[in-house]
Amino acid sequence: MSEAVAAIIPHNADEDWKLPSRGIVGMACLILAEASIFIIFVVAYIFYLGKSITGPTPHEVLTLPILTSICLLSSSATVHFAVSALHAGKQSMCSLWLALTVLLGGIFLAGTAQEWYHLIYHDGLTIRTNLFGTTFYSLVGLHASHVIVGLFMLALALVFSLRGDLTSRHTERLEVLSLYWHFVDAVWVIVFLVVYVLGR
Amino acid sequence: MATQSPVTAVLDKTQASQPPRLFLATLHEWVTTVDHKKIGLMYIGYALFFLVVAGFEAILMRIQLAIPNNTFVSPQAFNRLFTMHGTTMVFFVGMPILFGFGNYLVPLMIGARDMAFPRLNAFSFWVSAFGGSLLYFSYLGGDGLYGAGSAPDVGWFAYAPLTARVFSPGHSTDYWTLAVLLSGIGNIGTALNIVATTICMRCPGMKLNRMPLLVWLYLVTSMMVFVAVSPLTAAQIMLLLDRYLGSHFFDTQAGGSAVLWMHFFWIFGHPEVYILVLPAFAFANEIIPVFSRKAIFGYPAMVAASVGIGFISLSVWAHHMFTVGMGAGANTFFTLSTMVIAVPTGIKIFNWLATLWGGKIRYTVAMMFSVGFLFQFLIAGLTGIMLSASPFDWQLGNSYFVVAHFHYVLVGAILFMIFAAFYYWYPKMTGHMLDEKLGKWHFWLFLIGFHLTFDFMHIPGILGMPRRIYTYEADRGWMLLNMITSSGAFFQAIATLLFVYNMVWSYFKGPIAGADPWDAWTLEWSTVSPPPAYNFATIPTVESRRPLWDLKHPEDPDTRYE
Ligand code: HEM
Ligand SMILES: [Cu+2]
Repeated sequence: MSEAVAAIIPHNADEDWKLPSRGIVGMACLILAEASIFIIFVVAYIFYLGKSITGPTPHEVLTLPILTSICLLSSSATVHFAVSALHAGKQSMCSLWLALTVLLGGIFLAGTAQEWYHLIYHDGLTIRTNLFGTTFYSLVGLHASHVIVGLFMLALALVFSLRGDLTSRHTERLEVLSLYWHFVDAVWVIVFLVVYVLGR
Repeated sequence: MATQSPVTAVLDKTQASQPPRLFLATLHEWVTTVDHKKIGLMYIGYALFFLVVAGFEAILMRIQLAIPNNTFVSPQAFNRLFTMHGTTMVFFVGMPILFGFGNYLVPLMIGARDMAFPRLNAFSFWVSAFGGSLLYFSYLGGDGLYGAGSAPDVGWFAYAPLTARVFSPGHSTDYWTLAVLLSGIGNIGTALNIVATTICMRCPGMKLNRMPLLVWLYLVTSMMVFVAVSPLTAAQIMLLLDRYLGSHFFDTQAGGSAVLWMHFFWIFGHPEVYILVLPAFAFANEIIPVFSRKAIFGYPAMVAASVGIGFISLSVWAHHMFTVGMGAGANTFFTLSTMVIAVPTGIKIFNWLATLWGGKIRYTVAMMFSVGFLFQFLIAGLTGIMLSASPFDWQLGNSYFVVAHFHYVLVGAILFMIFAAFYYWYPKMTGHMLDEKLGKWHFWLFLIGFHLTFDFMHIPGILGMPRRIYTYEADRGWMLLNMITSSGAFFQAIATLLFVYNMVWSYFKGPIAGADPWDAWTLEWSTVSPPPAYNFATIPTVESRRPLWDLKHPEDPDTRYE
């Protein structure tokens, strides 16, 4: 019988049995699901381009958010540096990069808020105004809500890091968070192209 | 059959100890559990509850349609009945029952102690369960209980502009949207968990090409959930924005498009039917080989076909929209892509037949349901091919022929395999066998009822009876056919109640199952029934696709052939 048992009870403990980490796989799945949601909103945006019955049109009211976009995209790099710093055990560097990431993301968010303020109070464009308003606020708003969630989590990580609770043992968790942040940035590239470049 | 096989007794010496518990303590334990098996069972329990509820709604509809000019329910109540029936069956019976089995079986089959994210798992369950409760809560609102509350009445597809504020005042549509949205969030969470579990938690030696086919199919299904359920979630967010913030996505008065909703809905809706049917295939892949005493024929082809079905099914959604007027180019594309699905599906059917071929077949109830599944799925596929030819669909779209077709799949294939799965895994889940004699009654009554209902339902469709009408004139020649269809529904209802009775009775009185009552081959049968909280006393190592076969037949292990 002993020979038979070997079939399912470890006889030579498989040392080289390595599987991917749960966090990364889980985040990849979440990103896939979220990407599908964004695609539907982008499709709706493109489908309704130029179909508004009344004004204002995108061309009349939208300006290219160049500066804030640069801020958001460079925050992808800073969060990457934060992960590398943590990996190398340089905690204070990690805090610094995290702080920079939060700052850059914050600037982006403030830019969006200002843009919306302007659109609502100067140009009279709300989500009810026309199809452009409908699709614009929902797509950009969906992205902004993801930025807010990401910033919240990054800020939490920053607090932990400042208190010294974030050590190189947590590299993988920070990496999972940074994956999410890269995704939010990648979505912005699409939104930027569709809404501000193609849509105008 | 019910004795503990001496071989598997070696596998796991875990003692399942069950000291008596107080009711409140037990309740607390279930509500707070993060154990994948308990969550799986809760999913299954709540799905069975809704199966009975939605079945009851079906019976009410069939009473109404049994004779012409019937006034058993009002037109309004009838609209609510078919909406609630469809929504419940898809979101609160099909999805939870399949995810329930997945939750229960996937970790056991890959030799893991739990899911990758146990707390997310509990969260997903409670969110979905809350969605189901919310849907039925709507019956309490509005103007009373009996069929006339403010339950949703826009169909399970909720076509625009029926859902616009003007056509659907009050909150019935919001109940529908929120209930389905919540169930979608739960499903995405569970799917994420299943993928992470299969990829990251396999026991040593369980390479991807050694995983049981069931696990493979759950992997494909879960991937489909990400790309199919999320679009529905997106569309529902848009619908809520339309209803609450006054946006115009589906508002035709402001230039919005009702057809866009149809696209978004069916981008979800068509893959959804494959999300439901792939787990049914998964059950067949485990049950048919064990009761034929042969390894599954063509394992790699089965995997490839499932992945192929997953991909192709994402490109066929608009065959639900042939009658909308999409133009010849789109119609041709969707006709062809729909027909291509028949290829991987055919591969599967042939592989099941090849597995049966020359096997020592044991006709247990689980096997009988599986054989019924094979025939009925074939017929359903054939009527599907007919419908996918767009000129044919112009004639029969929105007729009872379509209803008959999709019930052939949903009941004849999916529900049959769900029943089979119960007869097969109930012993593992409870430690008791289901009664085979009652099971045979269940099978035959259900089979007769099914064919009475759905074979005959094709004909009024061809004769021109449209879907979703609440009554009809006596001079159309549909009378007898509808009577037969309705009587079949009663057979199915009685059979289902018999099944529920069997489950309750067997839980207390059924013979003890032992670890491995079917002499099967996958890992879940190597631990005691029901498995302890930690599943396995020692994490197993596997060297082939059928670890228990290797164990029981050391002279002829599968490893030799790899
Ligand atoms: C595999 C499981 C399947 C399920 C669960 C399923 C289910 C359904 C459902 C629920 C509908 C009705 C949708 C509605 O409410 O209008 C439907 C319609 C349709 N099905 Fe299937 N189906 C399956 C397989 C197939 C296959 C294999 C084909 C073709 C090869 C097919 C072709 C069609 C077509 C063309 C329609 C549209 C008919 C119409 O609305 O006019 N289906 N199916
Ligand atoms: Cu379809």
